Amino acid sequence: MQYSNEMKIIFPNKSSNEGFARVAVAAFAAQLDLTVEEMSDIKTAVSEAVTNAIVHGYENLKGYITVECKILDNTIEITVNDSGHGIADVEKARQPLYTSRPELERSGMGFTVMETFMDEVSVTSALGVGTTVTMKKRISPKE
Amino acid sequence: MKLEKTGGILIVRLDGELDHHYATKIREAVDGAVMVGDVRKIIFDFTGVGFMDSSGIGTLMGRYKLMQTLGGSVGVFGISPRLDKLLSMSGIKKIISIYNSEKEAVGGVS
Repeated sequence: MQYSNEMKIIFPNKSSNEGFARVAVAAFAAQLDLTVEEMSDIKTAVSEAVTNAIVHGYENLKGYITVECKILDNTIEITVNDSGHGIADVEKARQPLYTSRPELERSGMGFTVMETFMDEVSVTSALGVGTTVTMKKRISPKE
Repeated sequence: MKLEKTGGILIVRLDGELDHHYATKIREAVDGAVMVGDVRKIIFDFTGVGFMDSSGIGTLMGRYKLMQTLGGSVGVFGISPRLDKLLSMSGIKKIISIYNSEKEAVGGVS
């Protein structure tokens, strides 16, 4: 597939990088003609996926998170990958209000937020290998 | 973030971007102030919050649970339409009070 543009960033799983990741993706996405609402949708979804990778992917271990963005026509595809523990039951993890770590005050709304703000969300995960979340958003044509 | 305590009311003025990183700091500061004692209600001022993800919901839920055990309550004001969308999605508006202004939030203390 021929993408018109793409980028990749890799950073360690520090919570201070949550802000970096969503701002970096927003800066890249800005080349599409986005509304403020669409930009906020993307930033929020990226924040959820990256936070999941930091909090759940690696838990207390150190590791790296890769965020890739690809633009094809009017669609932006964002992939967030960690090489951490993996998710045993992806369907369960995607249920609203489900959290594997209630002690950290995670609301369990991460995947629900991603699904609400993006057009497509797919999750592939394998125990001991890691998790990849791929999200797509079609940008509405502007006048 | 600024904390102001008047009578039994703790007003927490948030600023910037409410993500998991910032949520950890809010949790420590607010719970610390509550543990000092005499807080019957926590009011979060969201006026200065430009971004929030589901970490904000978790933070509010956590403070709600804390205040419930102490017999107190939690309220918020200064919610933008964007933040309101997230709060509505989570159902948290059923358990915490959303006020239109600071005056209303403070006056709403029973």
